[in-house]
Amino acid sequence: MTALTIPAGMPQYDDKPRFDVERVRADFPILGREVNGHPLVYLDSGNTSQKPRQVIDAVARYYAEHNANVARSVHTLGTESTEAYEGARAKVAAFIGAPSVDEVVFTKNATEALNLVAHAFGPHAQDPRFRLGPGDEIVISEMEHHSNIVPWQLLCQRTGATLRWFGLTETGRLDESNLDELVNERTKIVSIVHMSNVLGTVNATARITARVREVGALLMLDCSQSVPHLPMDVVDYDADFIAFTGHKMLAPTGIGVLWGRGELLNAMPPFLGGGSMIETVKMTGSTFAPAPARFEAGTPPIAQAVGLGAAIDYLTAIGMDAVAWHDKELTAYALDALDTVPGLRIYGPRVPVGRGATISFTLDGIHPHDVGQVLDSLGVQVRVGHHCAKPICDRFAVPALTRASFYLYTTTDEVDALVRGLDQVRKVFA
Amino acid sequence: MQLDQLYQEIILDHYKRPKGRGLREPFAAGVHHVNPTCGDEITLRVALDGETISDISYDGQGCSISQASASVLYELLNGRKVDDAFAVHAAFVELMGGKGQVEPDEEVLGDAVAFAGVAKYPARVKCALLSWMALKDAVAQAVALEKEEV
Repeated sequence: MTALTIPAGMPQYDDKPRFDVERVRADFPILGREVNGHPLVYLDSGNTSQKPRQVIDAVARYYAEHNANVARSVHTLGTESTEAYEGARAKVAAFIGAPSVDEVVFTKNATEALNLVAHAFGPHAQDPRFRLGPGDEIVISEMEHHSNIVPWQLLCQRTGATLRWFGLTETGRLDESNLDELVNERTKIVSIVHMSNVLGTVNATARITARVREVGALLMLDCSQSVPHLPMDVVDYDADFIAFTGHKMLAPTGIGVLWGRGELLNAMPPFLGGGSMIETVKMTGSTFAPAPARFEAGTPPIAQAVGLGAAIDYLTAIGMDAVAWHDKELTAYALDALDTVPGLRIYGPRVPVGRGATISFTLDGIHPHDVGQVLDSLGVQVRVGHHCAKPICDRFAVPALTRASFYLYTTTDEVDALVRGLDQVRKVFA
Repeated sequence: MQLDQLYQEIILDHYKRPKGRGLREPFAAGVHHVNPTCGDEITLRVALDGETISDISYDGQGCSISQASASVLYELLNGRKVDDAFAVHAAFVELMGGKGQVEPDEEVLGDAVAFAGVAKYPARVKCALLSWMALKDAVAQAVALEKEEV
């Protein structure tokens, strides 16, 4: 990747890693298409990312040349498939700094990863860390995606445990003022989002982690939005579990990841029962394989895992530091540009610090559905609605939001197209 | 792209100046409907006078399509006999389910013909139908309650 010219007077940014966005864009076939007669401006990467040719080809090549089921065949194709699938697991482990490949569990998405961990808890859990009943507490936050709220609500319904949560500040940061009271000796697990899919906030987790360790609870991070955009090292973050999904990081849908400390994973009961997750099965009972196989019942998403491996290769070649810096520059540009739109209000941090490349906003007197529809007529694809995070809308007393979310292929020209589109929206509804 | 077909003047006009909006008493039955995919909401009440819908009052939040649709519904069905209202209701549901292929009858649907363009946008059909589904629910409840009392 060629380095861009640094504007004079910004020597402090000289050493920031960069890449050539136009060259990256050339790898994404879909970015060449038109929508409603306009060039596609895809600003919905927080929802799902687009896929580079390298990932599409890897999936096609897998089906064309290696397809077979994994972990159960002695034949050549079965061996090749197994190597491809397990090779993808090794790439994931390296990408997030996992101490062991066996700590990477493939799921169908981040939602399944979160549910898997929630299901490990119960009144009869063998390991006391997962034993949960009345009087015990689980802590989440008000900025969670529904997938990190509902599994815990269901768990509390099953067990009589209590669900508690961090509130949000006006600027959309986690309110940690009651941390010591909220996370206490009754807390069994704290499960919070690393980067908000609505507000863009990247949560600083160090203080929370320290408190979690102090009280002997477990820490889970929902990294669905952060792993695609920021360098991740699970040892540095000192988490117990993280969940993320492939399709937001250039990979196909249908593949997600649960990373957990090996010792914890092997202390957890199975989630789904079936083939591949057993040690031995008798009619009188079964014993189970160690992680990760214990949590991968049935034929897994093999081609999707191969696609995820290819996506990780692609991101690694560019460098996650460079991706993060691109996001930061673009977000700074977009925050300034959106500020020029009359009647526009941003929800979440207004400065490009401690936030990612996802910006949600309202336009005075115009419903987000209508904003999204007019933008679509101009080729600009944004998400509208409550973004599967309704408590955030409730917190800020808005029925819905419009969200623009960027990725490594997003350009400042596309941000300009969004701003021009918003002018058009205001004309239609003037 | 035919944005004008979606956002017809009639729809924008009902959105900006809704008819009959606001919750009123008395009412025989009230319902609250939401569109879970987008968070649009409506609270709708109906009052009956014998066979006639004597008032439809509503409040809600949502996009121009959902809010304009409630206003059109009020204008079209308030004061109508229940059977007539259900006939118009059926025609509107048919129009919205027609993927843009159904030719609306202006005699029956009045201003609601403006929603013909909405039927071409699958993501927006539910917006247009929100208040109509709420009305059917509320009238059915009100009629059932009336029968109980008799």
